[in-house]
Amino acid sequence: MNERISNNQLLHLISANFKELIREPGVLFWGIVFPILMSLGLGIAFTGKKDVVTTIAVTGQNRLVYHQPTDSSSVIRRFLVANRSLVEKDKNGCISCKLTIPDDKLGNTTFIFQAMDWQQAMVLIKRGNINIILDEENGAVHYHFDPMNPDAQLTYLKLTRLFSTAGVVTGRTNAVIKPLTVSGTRYIDFLIPGLMAMGVMMSSMWGVSYAIIERRSKKLLRRMVATPMKRSNFLIALITVRVLMNFVEAGLLFLFAWLAFHITIQGNLAALFVLFFAGNFAFAGISIFISSHTAKTEIGNGLINAVSMPMMVLSGIFFSYHNFPEWSISTIQKFPLTLLADGMRSIMIEGAGIAETALPVAILAVTGLIFFVAGMKIFRWH
Amino acid sequence: MNTSANSMSNNLVIEVRKVHKSFKTVQAVRGIDLHIPQGQFVALLGPNGAGKTTLVEMIEGIQQPDKGDIFIMGKTWKGNEDYLRRIIGLSLQETHFIDKLSVWETLRLFASFFAIGKERCEEVLQLIALEEKRRAWVVNLSGGQRQRLAIGISLLNKPNILLLDEPTTGLDPNARREIWAILRKLKEQSQTSLILTTHYMEEAEQLCDYIVILDHGKILKEGTLTALLGEIQDLPLKPVETRRTTLDDLFISLTGRHLNE
Ligand SMILES: Nc1ncnc2c1ncn2[C@@H]1O[C@H](COP(=O)(O)OP(=O)(O)O)[C@@H](O)[C@H]1O
Ligand SMILES: [Mg+2]
Repeated sequence: MNERISNNQLLHLISANFKELIREPGVLFWGIVFPILMSLGLGIAFTGKKDVVTTIAVTGQNRLVYHQPTDSSSVIRRFLVANRSLVEKDKNGCISCKLTIPDDKLGNTTFIFQAMDWQQAMVLIKRGNINIILDEENGAVHYHFDPMNPDAQLTYLKLTRLFSTAGVVTGRTNAVIKPLTVSGTRYIDFLIPGLMAMGVMMSSMWGVSYAIIERRSKKLLRRMVATPMKRSNFLIALITVRVLMNFVEAGLLFLFAWLAFHITIQGNLAALFVLFFAGNFAFAGISIFISSHTAKTEIGNGLINAVSMPMMVLSGIFFSYHNFPEWSISTIQKFPLTLLADGMRSIMIEGAGIAETALPVAILAVTGLIFFVAGMKIFRWH
Repeated sequence: MNTSANSMSNNLVIEVRKVHKSFKTVQAVRGIDLHIPQGQFVALLGPNGAGKTTLVEMIEGIQQPDKGDIFIMGKTWKGNEDYLRRIIGLSLQETHFIDKLSVWETLRLFASFFAIGKERCEEVLQLIALEEKRRAWVVNLSGGQRQRLAIGISLLNKPNILLLDEPTTGLDPNARREIWAILRKLKEQSQTSLILTTHYMEEAEQLCDYIVILDHGKILKEGTLTALLGEIQDLPLKPVETRRTTLDDLFISLTGRHLNE
């Protein structure tokens, strides 16, 4: 190799950063395996039909004896008697009754009606084992549940429908369900671009910010600038290695999601590349800014979490930010992570191209530049 | 600077004039002068908090004095940083290098900052006796080996001036002697001037031509070992006769405290 190239400081810095990165087993896990596991877990949890088993506490009755003559005051008993063929009784004679409603589109729903006293029911609801408690008064069923809990709401809707028919459950309905499992409309299609965007944020924060702060705390930064090393080379090397790694991580996550869930890129690949690069630039700038001053890794830790956690929650990585109040949405949409995640979704799912993503790209690039310049102004090498 | 020509004619590589440095509540360095000729080994000897690190870091251009002037090879730091960084070698107190880089990779990395090639790295590796640790990660080195690596890095550019801040603090006697051997060899083979800070009087006695005793940011005494030990005879508080007199005795008679407290 040419002498000038083999002794080039930028290449040596890049190679040193790269070696340090790949020699850290945590990097492989958090950067590559963890996002894949997360997409697998969430993808399976929210994609396709699944069988639901729900336990329902019934208070105020010792046992749910359904074979005795119908008690006109008990809606629940009447229901169980009517569906006696579907009910599996336990050996104690229906302290708990299991009833399965078959459904090949939405997945089977199994209700386990369990007689218990109020106190016991409260313990189970606090533990999250059940989400609804039934009792009866004068022939009316009372439903006790947290109206803010969507699972409880769903159970309530299913139960009221069952009891109101008061007839035999067949599993057949007049409504025709046409499942939308076309790629682009599933939760996994929403999730993967978000995870890719979040990966850029997290790995820039830890790989750039934390690395700088740690080196400052170890006095390595000070030792390095006491040589003729060019300071810009130090930062360029750190960021270059991180950006390359981010491309690899996002690529592997996409590859996995393509193999496992057949997700696709509907829009322009070049636009995706440019947007992803702009996102990397924005977060590199932010990371430099965050790490510009402190020499304490604990403070660095806190700063990184203070910046990344709110964005992780608010920017709509795991669920749409349209769940947040109306007034907050226009602010949330300006967060760098939101810009990146929304932009990537628009390309990957909606088929957007360069023109549609030009604005977020420009905002991300300017954000990166502003933070980078500000960070360099106050950057402490010693 | 007319004075710079003056100091070069006296063959001084380092000249420190009435330098002061304070932190919020502490006056770390209070009016220090130093004149170090080419090839001399100088010890800055003093207890913890004496101001040794602050002084050497000002000479290294890492910290700026509040008052006073520092000339290195007749030049100030201002405007000559590029030149001075190339002729100075240094090792800071308690530097950690990159844990998961090998000894060889660390040497090559720092050599690249000076655009220095492999051959010099091999020479240095031999000088610091770490050939068989060439592939070992820095994190797996012993304290002594790490310190030798730090000294090796400081020698990569064959510096005119070497500044070592507490190179043997915390090391066992064996590891300390290995470092002394490296520095003795350096003295035989080169014209490098050395400033080392220490609170071990043996280190100053064994290794250095000239000893500067510091306390509370000021120079208490300075001179050759013989001259300093000679002074003890003139002091009221005499050491016990049966034992060899040491620099510690001098320090005690000046301050009432041990060096190594
Ligand atoms: N960055 C700093 N901020 C505040 N005080 C400092 C700083 N650096 C050194 N000091 C103080 O200055 C004095 C001299 O410190 P130092 O030069 O490190 O001494 P030595 O190296 O001889 O142990 C000490 O009292 C120390 O606490
Ligand atoms: Mg010190």
